[in-house]
Amino acid sequence: MTGAPRLPVFQATGITKVYRMGEVEVRALRGVDVTFREGEFVVLLGPSGSGKSTLLNVLGGLDVPTAGSVRWRDHDLAVPDEALLTRYRRDHVGFVFQFYNLVPSLTARENVALAAEIARRPMTPEEALGLVGLSDRLDHFPAQLSGGEQQRVAIARAVVKRPDVLLCDEPTGALDAATGRLVLEVLAKVNRDLGTTTVVITHNASIAGMADRVLLLRDGLVVQEQLNAARKAPQEIAW
Amino acid sequence: MKVRALDRKLLRDLWHLRVQAAAVALLTACGVATFVGSVTTWRALQRSQAGYYADHRFPDLFAEVRRAPGPLAARLAALPGVAEVEARLGAYGTLELERAAGASITARLISQPPGGSRLDRLHLRTGRGPARPGEAAVGEGFARAWRIAPGDALAVLVNGRREQLTVVGVAVSPGTIYAIRPGDIFPDDRHFAVVWVDEATLAAALDLTGAWNEVGLVLAPGAGAPEVVARVDRLLAAAGGGGAYGRDRHVSHRFLTDEIRQLKAMAAVIPSIFIGVATFIVSLVLSRLVATQRAQIGMLKALGWSGAQVAGHYAGMVAGMALAGGAVGIGGGLAMGQWMAGVYARYYRLPELRFEGDLPVVALALALALGAALLGAAGAVWRALELPPAEAMRPAAPPTYRPGLLERLGLTRWLSQPGRMVVRGLSRRPLRAALAALGLSMAVAVLQISDFTEGATSLILRRELEEGQRHDLSVTFTQPRGPAALAELRALPGVLAVEGVRDVPVVLHHGHRSYRTGLRGVEPGARLGRLVAADGQVVPVPPSGLVVSRQLAGLLAVEPGGVITAEVTEGRRPVLALPVEATVDDFLGAGATMARAALSASLGEGPLATGAWLAIDPARAGEVRARLAARPGVLGATWRAATVASVRAILDELMVTYMAVIGLLASGIAAGVVYNTARIAWAEREPELSTLRVIGFTRGETWRIVAGEVLALLVVALPLGAVLGVLAVRGVAAAMSNDLFRIPAVVGRGEVAYAAGLTTAVTLAVTLLALRWVARLDLVGSLDRRD
Repeated sequence: MTGAPRLPVFQATGITKVYRMGEVEVRALRGVDVTFREGEFVVLLGPSGSGKSTLLNVLGGLDVPTAGSVRWRDHDLAVPDEALLTRYRRDHVGFVFQFYNLVPSLTARENVALAAEIARRPMTPEEALGLVGLSDRLDHFPAQLSGGEQQRVAIARAVVKRPDVLLCDEPTGALDAATGRLVLEVLAKVNRDLGTTTVVITHNASIAGMADRVLLLRDGLVVQEQLNAARKAPQEIAW
Repeated sequence: MKVRALDRKLLRDLWHLRVQAAAVALLTACGVATFVGSVTTWRALQRSQAGYYADHRFPDLFAEVRRAPGPLAARLAALPGVAEVEARLGAYGTLELERAAGASITARLISQPPGGSRLDRLHLRTGRGPARPGEAAVGEGFARAWRIAPGDALAVLVNGRREQLTVVGVAVSPGTIYAIRPGDIFPDDRHFAVVWVDEATLAAALDLTGAWNEVGLVLAPGAGAPEVVARVDRLLAAAGGGGAYGRDRHVSHRFLTDEIRQLKAMAAVIPSIFIGVATFIVSLVLSRLVATQRAQIGMLKALGWSGAQVAGHYAGMVAGMALAGGAVGIGGGLAMGQWMAGVYARYYRLPELRFEGDLPVVALALALALGAALLGAAGAVWRALELPPAEAMRPAAPPTYRPGLLERLGLTRWLSQPGRMVVRGLSRRPLRAALAALGLSMAVAVLQISDFTEGATSLILRRELEEGQRHDLSVTFTQPRGPAALAELRALPGVLAVEGVRDVPVVLHHGHRSYRTGLRGVEPGARLGRLVAADGQVVPVPPSGLVVSRQLAGLLAVEPGGVITAEVTEGRRPVLALPVEATVDDFLGAGATMARAALSASLGEGPLATGAWLAIDPARAGEVRARLAARPGVLGATWRAATVASVRAILDELMVTYMAVIGLLASGIAAGVVYNTARIAWAEREPELSTLRVIGFTRGETWRIVAGEVLALLVVALPLGAVLGVLAVRGVAAAMSNDLFRIPAVVGRGEVAYAAGLTTAVTLAVTLLALRWVARLDLVGSLDRRD
C-alpha cells in the first residue's frame, strides 16, 4: 500500500509435493515458484485440488515439499525437522481455518490464551478479542457463539501472538455474506494495523478484490498472477 | 448374504480395535482365570477332603480319657446314635533318631491294632503298617524332613520307657492332616513326628494293657451329635474323659476346613474386581465405537437393517472379546486350579487330589464374562438402537460446554489452558471419569491386599514370637513337676533364667457357651513369656483372676468382671470359678492365662509346673541341648529361634510367588484401565490436539493434555484406592481369621507406598505410549474435519 519497496519474506522455488494415497500417487504441487513480501495481502484462488491448501500447509510449516526449496526469512521450511517446524509455527505463524477448530472446552478468552501462553511477545487475549470486536464475549464457550463469532475467536487466537504471517484457509467458507464480510474486515485490519503478511485461500473470486496480489492455481501450478492497483474494502465486496 | 457382509465388518472392526479388544479380553481372562482357578481349587480340596475322610473312615466324634477298660468300647458302640466305635491308645513321647542327634523331637504315638485300624485308617505311602512289636510307621511330613524310609531305626521315650523301633512304612491319616505339637501354632515337620506303633507295644509302654485312652465314633445316619456327645460323656465320666467333641473341634479338621473356607472367600473377591474393570472398559470402548460409527449405523438403518440387527452386531463384537478372553481364562484357570490344588494337596499330604474340570464352574465363568461384557455394552448398544437413521448420518453435534461449578467458584483461575481442557473434559463426563478412577483404584487396592499378608504375618511373628515369647527354649515336662524340677533346670550350666509354666486342659463355660482350650499359669512378673496385644502393649498377669484372649472373650461372650467356670479335663477334674480380670487382644490361639500360684491354689495342689521357659547363654546352647535330651522328665524342648526360622521359611516361599502373581494381575488392571482411558481421551481430543500442534504446541506439550487426563484420574485413584484397599484388607483379614489366628488388617505406609508406586509406574509407562500417537498425528488431514 505504501510506496516503500517490500522485502520478500517467503521464497519458494520449484516446490513439488507428491502424496501417496494408497496405491495412487497424487501430485499436489508440480514445481511452484512463488514469493511473498512483507505485509502483503495475497489471495490464492483455484478450484478444488489445485494445490492451494498444500501450498498454504507448506508455507505454514505443517507439511514439507517433496522437492524444491522454500524459505521464510532465514528458516528453511523444506527440512522435515519436527522440532524446528513446531518452533517456526509457534513463533511466527497464525492459522485460521474454515471450521474454526476451537477447543470446545475452553471459553473464547481461554482459546486465545492457549496461543498467547506459548508465544514470545503476545498481546493479551482481551486485546486480541477486542481487535476482532468480541470484547463482550470473552467468557463464552464455543457452543454459545455464532459461527462468525467463533471464526473471529479463531482469528484472535491466530493474531494474539503478533505473528509475522497469517495463513487463512477458506476463513469465510462456512459463513453467510454479512458475517463473512465482518471476518474479512478483521483480517484486513490485522494486515493493516499489525503489518502481518496475510495469505488467504478462497473459492470466492470476489474476495480477490481486497488483496494486493492474487495468485491463481490449477493442477499444482501457479497459472496466473494479478496485481491489484487498489484494494477494495471488505464492505464493497459482492458475495 | 447380508449377514455375511455385516459379519465381515464385525471382524474387521475387531481387528481395527485389536489392542483395546485385547485389553478387554485380557482383563476378562484374568477375571475368569482367577475365578475358575480359585473355585476349582476349593472344590477340588473339598472333594479331596470328603473323599479322604470317606475312604479312610474319619470318625465324627472323638474323646480322650485317662484309662478306659477295654469293654467300655463295646458299651459305647451300643449307645443309640452310634454306628461304629474304635478305641485306641495315644500318647506323646520324645523321639530319637541317629541322623537327628541333638534335635528334640516330639512324637505323637498312635496304636494300630493287629490287622490295621478300622477308623482313621492309615494311607501308606511306602511299606506297610506296624504288625509286630517293635515296628512303626511314621508320618510322611517327618519322614520327608529326615529322609526316613522303611528299614530305618528309631527310638521313642514314652512314659519313662525307651522303645527301640524299626520303620516299616511311611503313612498319612485323616486325623493327622495338620500335624502340630500341642501348644504349637505352626507345623514343624523336623521336630514333630506322628508314629503309629503296634498296639501291644504301646499298651505295655503306657501300662494300659487291656485298656484304651482314645476313641473315635461314627454317628449313625440321622443321629444328632449333641445328644450322642452327652451320652458318651456320661459313659466316659468315670474313665477320666475330657468330654467328647465333634470334627469342628478337631484341630486337623478345623485347620483344613478353614483353609478351604478362606479359598472360597477369596474366590469371590479378586475375580469380581477384574470382571468389573473389564465391564467398564467394554463400556468405554464400545460407546466410543458407536460414537465414531454413527454414520455407519445410520447408513445400515437406511439400507433397511433393523435396530435389533445393528444392536446385535455390536453385541456380537463384545461377545467376541469376552468369549476370547473367557476361553483363555478358562484354560489358564484350570491350569492354575490344578497347580494350586496340587500345592495344597502336597502341603496337607492328601493321598488323592480330586481335581475335576467342573463344567458348571466353567459354564458359570463364561456366563459371568459374557454377562459383564454385555452389561458394559448395553448403554452404547441401546444408543445405536435408538438412533434415527437420518440423524445418525449427520455428524454428531459438537460437545457443549457451559460455565459450570468450577467456573462459578473461580477454581479454574489457577489452571493453564491445557489444564482447563483436562478438567473440563473430565467434568463433562463425571460418571465415566469416576469409573475410570475407580478402575485404577482397584489396582491399588489389589496390590494392598497382596502386600498386606506379608505385613500381617510379620506383625504376628513379631508380637507373638519376638515380643511375647522372649525365652530361648521352651521345655515341656512329661508330667506336672514341683519347684525342684525348675531348680534343676536353673542349675544346668548355660541356663541363665527359668520361669515355670503350668498348662491345664480345660473346657471353659460362660452361660450356655463353652470352649475347649488351655489354661496357662505363669509367674505374674514373667519376663520370658508375656502377653502382648496387637498394638504392642504388654498386658500384665494379675495376682489372681484370668486374662483371656479377646477371641476367647468373644466366643464365651464374657467381659472383665464376669466369672468363667473352668472344667479341668485331667487329674481330679475340679471345676473352678474364675473371675475375668482383663482381656488381651492377641493374634494367636484362644487361651486364658493366670498367675501360676493362683492356679495351683485353685486346683488345690502345690506349685507344680508342666513346663518352663529358659533363657540360655548362646555360647552354651549345645551343652544345654545335650543335657536336656538326657533328662527323662523332659518331654520336649523347642528352640524359639528354630520355630521363627521355620515359620519364616514357609511364609517366604509362599509369599514370593503369590506376590509376583498378584502384582502382575494388578499391573494388568492398571495398564488396561490407563490404556483405554488414554486411548479414548486421545480419540475424542484428536481434532483439538491437532489444532494445538498447528498453532505451535510441541509434541510434548500436546501429549501432556492426554497424560494430564490420565494423571488427574491417578490423583483421584491413589487415595481412593488406598481407602478401598484398607476396606478390602479388613474384609480379607476377617475372612482369613479363625479361632487360632487373628489376621490383623495391616496397612502401613509401606504397603500404601508400594501399591501407589507400582500403579503410578504402570500408569506412566502406558501413558508414554500416547507420545507415539502424538507423533503420528495427521496435522493437515485433521483440520478439514468438521467435528
